[in-house]
Amino acid sequence: MNALRMRDVSVRYPDADRDSLDSVSLDIARGEWVLLLGANGAGKSTLCMLTNGLIPHVVKCSLKGQVEVFGKDVARHSVATLSTKVGIVFQEPENQLFCMSAEEEVAFGPENLAIDREEIAARVEWALETVGLLGCNDRPPSSLSGGQKQRLAIAAALSMRPEMLVLDEPTYALDPIGRIELYSLLADLKKKHNMTVLVVERDAEEAAAFADRIALMSEGRIVRTGRPKEVLADPNALRFIGVPPPQLCEFSEALYTRVGGPKIDSITLEAVAREISTVLSAKKGVEVIHP
Amino acid sequence: MIPCPTADEGPIAAMRNVDFSYDDGTEALHSVTLDVWRGEHIALVGGNGSGKTTIAKLLNGLLRPSRGHVLVKGNDAAKESVAALSRTVGYAFQNPDHQLFCSTVAEEVLFGPKNLGFADAKAVEKADRALSLMSIGHLKDKAPLSLSLGDRRRVSVASVIAMDPEVLVLDEPSTGLDAGEAAELMRALDGLNQEGKTIILITHEMRLVAEHSERVLVMAHGHVVLDCRTRVAFSEPEALHESGLIPPAAIQLAHRLSDFGVSPEVLTVDELAEEVAKVWGARI
Repeated sequence: MNALRMRDVSVRYPDADRDSLDSVSLDIARGEWVLLLGANGAGKSTLCMLTNGLIPHVVKCSLKGQVEVFGKDVARHSVATLSTKVGIVFQEPENQLFCMSAEEEVAFGPENLAIDREEIAARVEWALETVGLLGCNDRPPSSLSGGQKQRLAIAAALSMRPEMLVLDEPTYALDPIGRIELYSLLADLKKKHNMTVLVVERDAEEAAAFADRIALMSEGRIVRTGRPKEVLADPNALRFIGVPPPQLCEFSEALYTRVGGPKIDSITLEAVAREISTVLSAKKGVEVIHP
Repeated sequence: MIPCPTADEGPIAAMRNVDFSYDDGTEALHSVTLDVWRGEHIALVGGNGSGKTTIAKLLNGLLRPSRGHVLVKGNDAAKESVAALSRTVGYAFQNPDHQLFCSTVAEEVLFGPKNLGFADAKAVEKADRALSLMSIGHLKDKAPLSLSLGDRRRVSVASVIAMDPEVLVLDEPSTGLDAGEAAELMRALDGLNQEGKTIILITHEMRLVAEHSERVLVMAHGHVVLDCRTRVAFSEPEALHESGLIPPAAIQLAHRLSDFGVSPEVLTVDELAEEVAKVWGARI
């Protein structure tokens, strides 16, 4: 059973003149990390809202096709039920934090499931520890930094013990190191808990190297999916949908235009540096020593 | 535009030994001294919570220093009202929703210039120019808060541009925008800079900094830890790292290849490709 299974899903908002999702089919395996890339208006957030039933239960729109999360048809299960399977973290953490303290924020979800007190306390402790906010239990969310708020929103999702996390542009307000920390946290959850991860971004720069698979989205459709290396090997496909290719891809393209090679096969900084060093050393006729 | 400070014209904005603490006791700035010259294109960068927004709010009088002085056009800002300061220093908030309050985009953008006392026709002209610079003319009749984050962002920047201040301080103006929209925004800002406006860009997007700003002010824990030309700033990765920042991938790659004679002072992908191609050619 897949974590997510979408078949020919179309969504249209009231008064819209086109479908926001247009016959989308997508499978995400358990424990898989998918990076969904697209420009504003591509339909990324709409897709996210399907994964815990906010569409169709809360956001009014017409829905065609079938969406299942962990085998549950989202049209037939409540958001409350689906939230125990899928935790969603939105772009602006402020919009989803509303309690007086970090601890209350994280306890809110499980309290609403009427779980017993000790279990809630244990979950809060675990969730705050996992995101590195233990010790901030009593702080009002408004006093936290942008990065801490984002991690608190993740902790609030984690306290429901979901099997899948969906993050809609989670890094937009984070500084570059905060972004790497966030992705590393997700990588850790994936490794330790086989967490399925769906991350939505408009930019592949830091995110691509963490994903198992990239899906490109444009005008309500998924136009391409593939392993990061395959998808990034065609920077024009990214440009075509309004997503800037990572700088390393642009570099490899620009170098190829200038000197006719080499075709760089890597997407991480270390690996690209190694490939170029090897080529430059070979030209120089000396052996390269990698640090 | 490269600024050319002259003897008779001092910095357009300056801070002298400024400390600032918020009411809850948080010490946001420690002894910050800096000069901003007319026509500069500056990036104000630093990790979350490093004091960037506090500097922005001090420059236009929304906050007043706990100690030290803020000078705007040579005058002590403490003696000026926010309204008077906003003629010189315009500030677009990090969260556009803190700034938007009118019922239509047109009213929102017109509010500033009208409030500054521009005659109706002049105010409309300034508002229209700002709307077109931000490419949001088509949203004129919409309610600002009904728009997407990216469009709200552009409305907030337009409402500051409409006031025609000499210094534009933009707090994370590209958040919520996709790559195409961000490029368009930066083109508009570069255009204003060419016309002589001073731009202070607060951002986490190191790529925008590398490609657009001439000077970088790096903040960490309430201190300015680096103040230099952009090209030089990115050749100091340690100072940047302490501030939660990482140079764009192209610049990091240049550093890793510097043993081969690739200059670590590149800023863009094209400059890097050119450098590597040179080394490549030299080795054939």
